[in-house]
Amino acid sequence: MDRLRAVLHVVPGMAFLAGGLLLLCAACTSPATDKQTLRFWAMGREGEVVSQLMPEFERRNPGIHVDVQQLPWTAAHEKLLTAFAADALPDVCQLGNTWIPEFAALDALAPLNSAVAHSKIVDAADYFPGIWETNTIGPALLGIPWYVDTRVLFYRKDLLARAGFDHPPRSWNEWEQALAAVKREAGPGKYAILLPINEFEPLLALGLQQRGPLLSDDGGHGRFSSPAFRRALDFYVRMFREQWAPSMQAGAISNVWTEFGRGYFSFYISGPWNIEEFKRRMPPEHRDDWMTAPLPGPDGPGASTAGGASLVIFRSAKRPDAAWRLIEYLSSTEVQVRFHALTGDLPPRRDPWRDPALSGDVYAKAFLDQLERARPTPKVPEWERIANEMQLAAEQVVAGKIDVDQATRVLDTRVDTILEKRRWMMARAKSQ
Amino acid sequence: MRLPAAAWAFVAPATLVVGVFFVLPVLAGFALSVTDFDIYSLASLRNLRFVGIDNYLDLLGTPLFWQALGNTLYFVAVGVPLSIGLSLGCALLLHSRLARFQSFFRTALFAPVVTTLVAVAVVWRYLFQTRYGMVNHALAQAGIDPIDWLGDPHYAMPTIILLAVWKNFGYNMVILLANLQTIPDDIYAAARIDGASPLQQLWRITLPILQPTLILVGILTTAGYFQLFAEPYVLTQGGPLRSTVSVLYFMYEEGFKWWNFGTASTAAVLLFLLIFAVTRGLARLSGREAAA
Repeated sequence: MDRLRAVLHVVPGMAFLAGGLLLLCAACTSPATDKQTLRFWAMGREGEVVSQLMPEFERRNPGIHVDVQQLPWTAAHEKLLTAFAADALPDVCQLGNTWIPEFAALDALAPLNSAVAHSKIVDAADYFPGIWETNTIGPALLGIPWYVDTRVLFYRKDLLARAGFDHPPRSWNEWEQALAAVKREAGPGKYAILLPINEFEPLLALGLQQRGPLLSDDGGHGRFSSPAFRRALDFYVRMFREQWAPSMQAGAISNVWTEFGRGYFSFYISGPWNIEEFKRRMPPEHRDDWMTAPLPGPDGPGASTAGGASLVIFRSAKRPDAAWRLIEYLSSTEVQVRFHALTGDLPPRRDPWRDPALSGDVYAKAFLDQLERARPTPKVPEWERIANEMQLAAEQVVAGKIDVDQATRVLDTRVDTILEKRRWMMARAKSQ
Repeated sequence: MRLPAAAWAFVAPATLVVGVFFVLPVLAGFALSVTDFDIYSLASLRNLRFVGIDNYLDLLGTPLFWQALGNTLYFVAVGVPLSIGLSLGCALLLHSRLARFQSFFRTALFAPVVTTLVAVAVVWRYLFQTRYGMVNHALAQAGIDPIDWLGDPHYAMPTIILLAVWKNFGYNMVILLANLQTIPDDIYAAARIDGASPLQQLWRITLPILQPTLILVGILTTAGYFQLFAEPYVLTQGGPLRSTVSVLYFMYEEGFKWWNFGTASTAAVLLFLLIFAVTRGLARLSGREAAA
């Protein structure tokens, strides 16, 4: 009850604040110095550490001062939208790459095609294709990948060996056998894999591994009742039916690392941030008993999600040239390596991966392999909501309320309703 | 009655503030509810459509809205009587001449009201954890199988009700206690001389005197409980299987998560009408009773 009230107060408050900041910065640039101030918004952990990279940038570009503002992830989306409405966006910004379609729909992002064409540092061919593609809308390139986040398999080597497997599964077939064997070894009360029932990423990755698309090509209709997605959902649901996975919300697991250490589950689908966490938090006696592996696919190594964050320049930017110089600086190999050391974030291009810090990390290897097979999600602003609906439908199937057939049909209807506005806009654009 | 200019000058500041920060937003919210304002409309007003009552019709055809409404009514129907009953019970106990350490208990029972819900929710999540939680541990001592309090759709709402009741009953308790303390002792003395049992004293003296306060507390609590939001937000995020989505939570998701302000405003207007009707009904019902 109070939270909503807080939100309602915060929204105009934030607009006010953003407006205030604009005034403030107008004031701070006005003195007769010829230094230009570049406004840069970054989120979460990256926002905390990126300012450590700024002195070097300012040394190389004496005319530019970077004003880094850190936003918490939980408030970032609201803040960006209110800043857009208040015309108070910064010059350059970190943006989750699934948000790019949304800000493209707002026409808030400056295309970077020609900047990249002339750049000696940002080389499109060096980037992992799936990640790069999340930044394009039609022909326009709207962001430069900063770091990537894909999902791979974290697994317990010792428990897998005890179940009779000396290597991680590479295909669904092998995976099923491994899951069944691990579960048999673990016995009742323990499981083979943890798939939090309120997280859409695992099912999404399985869906992306299929040949068929999740939405129609124009992004106007859902394609979830296609055989392709149904196969993914079937497989996902089977893991619960067979008792390989517990039907649990993420919040019901008190501590993922401890439970992984106790062998409550042996497989876990997660992202790069967990490399450091597992290194740090696994119980000492199991410190070397875990490893990462690329996600198994229907037949052989499969695709996974292409998440992460990009650097974008807003159309309203006052200093687009300086902004581009900052993006180039942050994209250069040496800064990417330093950035990895500071945050543990994985670079979106291949060159930094040759650095010993990354090429020597056994846990990162699976990610490098997986990144070559990362696939973007459909690029519509409504995507996050659609992924949410997908997970709710899956949760209902797992709970036994409806079957896969019904679920996918209902899901398509829901998705078509969500995309109604988009279809209307596309039809209008065509008729003009 | 005509107000002189001076009077207008005196009320102007307050009127202005209420107008700008209350009346205008309410009108704007109502106006939004007949449009399909969303992220596209934020880009350009050309993308804004006037949809009349379509939002209302769509919403009434949305299963999740009905589920949210059902969840909210469940919460109100169980939570309000439970909450007021507990408040009344505790107020009577605290007021009893037999009670020791009254001021200590008064403070202790009021404490949940002033603690931060987010902090409380963290502790509750631990208490109600399925495998390691203290609640299930205690149940196990009594031979009861562990219950998945927050993960089972049948138990999630009762857990939320428990949290809300525990968190809120102290407030009403203090109001009722204050009222109890105004009842003169000689009424009870007279009743005792006439041979009234303690139960009769409660039924014939205490409750009738408390009635206006109880009605007030009831209306305030009902209106507040209809706006259930923070508890599911911090404890379950609407899950499992949407069993803890309240109307306000539904509205929050539509508006602030998916930026469909049209639909969110529609839900807000409907919730307002519902609360208005129910509290109005309560007030009228009690008014008729008082007259009878």
